[in-house]
Amino acid sequence: MMCIEAHGLRKAYRNTVAVDGIDISIGSGRVVGLIGPNGAGKSTTINALLGLTPYEGSVKVLGHDPWTARNRLMTDVSFIADVAILPRGLRVAQVIDYVEGVHPRFDRAKAEGFLARTTIPRRSRVRELSKGMVAQLHLALIMAIDARLLVLDEPTLGLDLLYRKAFYDSLLNDYFDGGRTILISTHQVEEIQHILTDVIFLDQGCVVLDASLEDLEVRFVELVAGPDQAASARSLGPIQERQAFGRIHLLFDGVDRERLSGLGDLRTANLADIFVALIGARPRRHAA
Amino acid sequence: MNARLDPPAAAPKALSQGRLLYWSMRRELWEHRAVYVAPAVIAGVALFGGVISSFWLPHSLPAVRSGGPFAMYSLIALSVMMTGLIVAMFYASAALHAERRDRTLLFWKSLPVSDRTAVLAKFAIPMLFIPAATLAIILAAQLALLIWSAAIVLVNGVSPALLWARADLTTMWVVLPYGLIVNALWQAPLYAWLLLVSAWARRVPFLWAVAPFVMLTLFEAIIRAMARAAGAGDRTTPVADFVGNRLLGGFAEAFSVDGRATSAVQRIGQLNPLRTFTSPDLWGGLIAAAALLAAAIWLRRRREPL
Repeated sequence: MMCIEAHGLRKAYRNTVAVDGIDISIGSGRVVGLIGPNGAGKSTTINALLGLTPYEGSVKVLGHDPWTARNRLMTDVSFIADVAILPRGLRVAQVIDYVEGVHPRFDRAKAEGFLARTTIPRRSRVRELSKGMVAQLHLALIMAIDARLLVLDEPTLGLDLLYRKAFYDSLLNDYFDGGRTILISTHQVEEIQHILTDVIFLDQGCVVLDASLEDLEVRFVELVAGPDQAASARSLGPIQERQAFGRIHLLFDGVDRERLSGLGDLRTANLADIFVALIGARPRRHAA
Repeated sequence: MNARLDPPAAAPKALSQGRLLYWSMRRELWEHRAVYVAPAVIAGVALFGGVISSFWLPHSLPAVRSGGPFAMYSLIALSVMMTGLIVAMFYASAALHAERRDRTLLFWKSLPVSDRTAVLAKFAIPMLFIPAATLAIILAAQLALLIWSAAIVLVNGVSPALLWARADLTTMWVVLPYGLIVNALWQAPLYAWLLLVSAWARRVPFLWAVAPFVMLTLFEAIIRAMARAAGAGDRTTPVADFVGNRLLGGFAEAFSVDGRATSAVQRIGQLNPLRTFTSPDLWGGLIAAAALLAAAIWLRRRREPL
């Protein structure tokens, strides 16, 4: 069953086209990374998918039209827009009270359980918490909601490494169970690649790549070759090349492994390298 | 990863609209404590004044002909009502702007609460909550002052019955809730307008909301002064009249005998609900309020964080 289906999704602001008629389809139970540089249109795409902004094109999320049925859709969707946007004047307990008050799928005991593992004081106002604590609180809230789709828009932006790791660990261990679909946008590729089943690369409002991680492993390969084999390896048309410790690392897209295997060591291509090769090669609309 | 094929448990019963509205209002009050703190503080100040003046009561009470002590209770009511009006206006002009400015709009919208419920909850604060809080605060302050004054006169050997004869509050306690209801209905378009501008303006929504009226009033006054200087006689000032009527006309309608603020209601029998609730001005205002609210809901749905 498809969880998200978008056709010709387009969003233009007065002076710029943020999302330029993209097609996205995400099946249930996938963990999808929406990856792109700053200004690629990730947030706009996500906001459109959740009915938070008007858009052109046709979108169905969990069978709903997000624009006309936003509040109905949000019963089955959890969303973290970015960290530190919980209402700053509320106390921690009030935020929990409110979500419990308005969300039919919220399990208070679960949220309390997650919070008990943190050092967040219940009497504090949100404004008194650190950025990392706000993220923990928000995560505790959404993990206590029995949603079918979880959407995270740059959820760990500005958090330190420990918080980021803990964030994704709890997401994987305590939340994901194969029945839920997760869509995560970020520009920090390395951090989330181990939890993804699929990636969508977005750049300047267009989809540059949309593939499962298994497909990527088949399609892209990294060759580590000595200087002697460099010339013959280059003749096979690598899409990216870098040097390290006297050896060259070449990234190939759709080149037969048989032809490469004699030229050096083959490795699974790194998602970050694929990202840089595909996105970095595209002409920039603005100065980077 | 295990492929769990059974769908998540069937949707729990949808929450009632009343419950969503209740929690939406509670969160407004958590975020905007000033809407009840400010009137309470003002009531406290007025009460303090009443307590100070009560020390003269044992001497003045037997001499006063009528109304003297009563004025203190009117002052409490008036100052709290005016404070309520001011906080209600500031609240309404901030309500849909602040959530965009601090980006919490994305959090509120990530929960299954419709834009209509959210806007109506914000409208209910000046329409329902503030009048109710105003009434409760006024009654509490007046009762406190009454009890305190009774004690003061009693220990000085004056009968509290005399105090009650001078400051009989029964009429006020009937007129006050009636007046607060009339006034809220009267000012409905004012709050709906402030909410709409608050959903629309990128910056300083309060200024945007009042600026057109201030400028028109000023323009009108200049024309009037020029006409008078040129000897062309007095011109009417429809804009200023409109603003004055919409801001304070509710008080006049509710608390005066003829609805024009010429003489205040003294007896309950002078209240005229029939005139008030058949007033075209009242109904015109309510229709305008509904239209302005619909526009505010429409805008909130489309607005993104600033």
